[in-house]
Amino acid sequence: MLLTHEISPEIIEKDAIYRDMGLSDEEFQLVKSILNRRPNFTETGIFSVMWSEHCSYKTSKPLLKKFPTKAPQVLQGPGEGAGVIDIGDNQAVVFKIESHNHPSAVEPYQGAATGVGGIIRDVFSMGARPIALLNSLRFGNMTTDHVKYLFSEVVNGIAGYGNCVGVPTVGGEVQFDDCYEDNPLVNAMCVGLINHDEIQKGIAEGIGNTVLYAGAPTGRDGIHGATFASGDLGEDATKDRPAVQVGDPFMEKLLIEACLEVIHSDALVGMQDMGAAGLTSSASEMASKAGTGLEMDLDLVPQREQKMSAYELMLSESQERMLLVVKKGREQEIIEVFQKYGLQAVAVGSVIQEKVFRIKQHGTIMANIPVDALAEEAPVNHLPSQEAYYYKTFQQMENTTPLVEDHADVLKQLLQQPTIASKEWVYDQYDSMVQTNTVVSPGSDAAVIRIKGTNKALAMTTDCNSRYIYLDPETGGKIAVAEAARNIICSGAKPLGLTDGLNFGNPTNPEVFWQMEKSIEGMSAACTVLDTPVISGNVSLYNQSKGKAIFPTPVVGMVGLHESLEHITPNHFQAAGDTIYVIGDTDKAFGGSEVQNLILGKYEGKAPSINLQLERKRQQQVLTAIHHGVISSAHDLAEGGLAVGLAESLFQVANLGASIQLTGEPTVALFSETQSRFIVTVKKGKEARFLELVEDAYEIGKVTNDQTLSIGVNGSNIIKEDVHQLRELWKGAIPCLLKSRA
Amino acid sequence: MRFAVIMFPGSNCDYDMYYAVKEILGKDADLVWYENSNLSTYDAILLPGGFSYGDYLRPGAVAAASKVMNQIKEHAAKGKPILGVCNGFQVLTEAGLLPGALLRNQNLSFMCHYESLYVESDQTLFTSEYNPGEVVRFPIAHGEGNYFCDNNTLQSLKANNQIVFTYQQNPNGSVEDIAGIINESGNVLGMMPHPERAVEAMLGSDDGLRLFKSLVRNWRETYVANA
Repeated sequence: MLLTHEISPEIIEKDAIYRDMGLSDEEFQLVKSILNRRPNFTETGIFSVMWSEHCSYKTSKPLLKKFPTKAPQVLQGPGEGAGVIDIGDNQAVVFKIESHNHPSAVEPYQGAATGVGGIIRDVFSMGARPIALLNSLRFGNMTTDHVKYLFSEVVNGIAGYGNCVGVPTVGGEVQFDDCYEDNPLVNAMCVGLINHDEIQKGIAEGIGNTVLYAGAPTGRDGIHGATFASGDLGEDATKDRPAVQVGDPFMEKLLIEACLEVIHSDALVGMQDMGAAGLTSSASEMASKAGTGLEMDLDLVPQREQKMSAYELMLSESQERMLLVVKKGREQEIIEVFQKYGLQAVAVGSVIQEKVFRIKQHGTIMANIPVDALAEEAPVNHLPSQEAYYYKTFQQMENTTPLVEDHADVLKQLLQQPTIASKEWVYDQYDSMVQTNTVVSPGSDAAVIRIKGTNKALAMTTDCNSRYIYLDPETGGKIAVAEAARNIICSGAKPLGLTDGLNFGNPTNPEVFWQMEKSIEGMSAACTVLDTPVISGNVSLYNQSKGKAIFPTPVVGMVGLHESLEHITPNHFQAAGDTIYVIGDTDKAFGGSEVQNLILGKYEGKAPSINLQLERKRQQQVLTAIHHGVISSAHDLAEGGLAVGLAESLFQVANLGASIQLTGEPTVALFSETQSRFIVTVKKGKEARFLELVEDAYEIGKVTNDQTLSIGVNGSNIIKEDVHQLRELWKGAIPCLLKSRA
Repeated sequence: MRFAVIMFPGSNCDYDMYYAVKEILGKDADLVWYENSNLSTYDAILLPGGFSYGDYLRPGAVAAASKVMNQIKEHAAKGKPILGVCNGFQVLTEAGLLPGALLRNQNLSFMCHYESLYVESDQTLFTSEYNPGEVVRFPIAHGEGNYFCDNNTLQSLKANNQIVFTYQQNPNGSVEDIAGIINESGNVLGMMPHPERAVEAMLGSDDGLRLFKSLVRNWRETYVANA
């Protein structure tokens, strides 16, 4: 796959060399008709990366159009480095999520590290200061040494990069399932803060203006990374290791500071990071967006290896590089800012009127391509969609309740399921506090970051229960958005919008394409009802392990606004004597549940149902009650149901317990994963006001100070457990799995 | 009283230190870029945490060899208070202003959480606002905070009351649970836990604020009272 020597245009066509670079026969013919000639080697490479799935979204584009992207609060929707949402007082929040799945599968430390680096650049290239990172991770069950290695090294890579650049890693989620065994998912989200008048765009405007290259020199790493990310992860994927980039967080830190200094200069016209497809995509996209052309001389590009060809320079994905367009004649003042930080910034070309992308090297034109052909006119694939065979079977199944004999024992086992267990082993390795804004740190439904100099804060979370989406993509898609919003609401904030990290299998499989289509429709419906527009995102396809697609995993990264710091609400119980309520009715919902997996060893049946109007009403009522100061703690009910939710609520404040009385079928009451439910506590004297504000709330017991979780159903006590012991099981599960021999 | 917060390339707790002193403590403070620094107008010098020079070679090693350190050494010799936190502590040991070294944490992982510390000595410029033996809560955030020194050094640290903070539960393998030490003359303090991250109750603890208040009070008593 790594073809780095020159091959003549005739041979490229005759021997179909373009196929090795990822272009189809039809696409190659299209390239020929655009150019009115055969493309040379460099041009073929440029087309292949720009038209790769990773850069062009050629397969997902028709589906992405379904997402609602507009709302009064949206200042910048999809299309730039990251989306931007207004938070008042001339401030805005900038965020985006991005996947680095394939690189992390073959080289987990660097794959994860450069994923973090890339998403941070997307945010500061908008002119925003990065203020928080989150990570949504998926791995196989920790039964093999290889999975444990992938898990440990991905966490290590995120820590190694994020800690060094000084952006706190404040949240995210980690889930485990066999379908991710060879193909872990590493989705990194970055949140930034900006003033409205400082928002930058990646545009190459102003004929004659200078194109500046800033940051690290270009090497031979990551060549064809975008193409690598756009194909199946083969069994011999380790040969693709050279397509993985190598990160330098120190360089990134300097680049952040230099770029955020440069945005204050009116000499700057546009700025974009060199991410996937490196110099090629940043330069051509900047010109395409501005309706201009761009000419570059590769001899001027800083290089860290000798004799690099035009092909290598254009396709390298070396990290920590930025492309800037600056006003002609004012290059020096920008260059000096970079020099202060010990960084190179050099003029490599200029903006031209003719709408072409022209690359020179050693005095020869190496590429001459109409700009829009690369960015705008990439072919769109309309792939066939077919309802998955399994779906019909699952839909015909009755909702059944798994047979549970010892409920206390099942609770203990659930608390040790790695998806539910404490992730402290993970987040303790992340600096979650640098920048001194972290009010609610990792381990809660949503992290909360205050905004210095204001009385406001931002809540942020990532979420996606892929089991539900596998069983029923449309319903599961709705649930993913609703649950993320629920997390934000529980923290006391109003959801503002989301970024989507769409991870799917091979889309040429019509059933996988159907999963994409349906889950996006479900998410879109929920976004509309819950008023959370999609402002940015990323698509990662061809995720499969041992020939089987991963569960469809469209991760939702959501941000919400606390208009007052007083609204910040903890997830966990606060004080003995508080009354505990469950909001929402509980029914038999075990399809895709943790308890189903525990008892049956598989996921089947219908996903839990969700009524979006009810969800919206309930979220609004809970938020209103929080804003009226009647709720002491709020937690959404998710994996493992009410019993797990109650236990989790007791793990933060020492010595607390809970005495609970429930009715109904015990397994349903304790472990069902019915949607749109919350568990809240209310202080003595505020119960009446709470019940005025919130419908469908049922009192189920009191917070106690006896360190015991005691649950009775229909009058008979079926769980009586020492909280300290439950906490130890929950906290110890992941370290224990990592230490145990496979 | 004026504080200088030194910014090295790769420092990342510089703004946090500045914010703690300027906004929470309410004192004059400047962020001072390592290259253009004239430190003579400042009354105390703060070396913040982070990854100066990307931790390349060893944490703090490159910063310790930078020019600004010559000035800092001169001021240290004159008795000016100097505080190094986290990477700042690593810089101070690498520069020879404090004895010992900081090794990788015993479990080889970066760790970030709150730790309870004993204030071992309230007889310093930095800790006079604490009670001896008091337990305070500061965050730690480091991969290489495992304090090591040879036995002779340890004995002299003890003999001179140079151990200022110790961990209640040793997180990283440090000798004698050491979290922070001071030089023999009592004006250079290095510590791995972050007092500047513990200045607002909303973020989890304000126990660190008294460290800065101690500095202000001692400076005032020395310079203002006598003026």
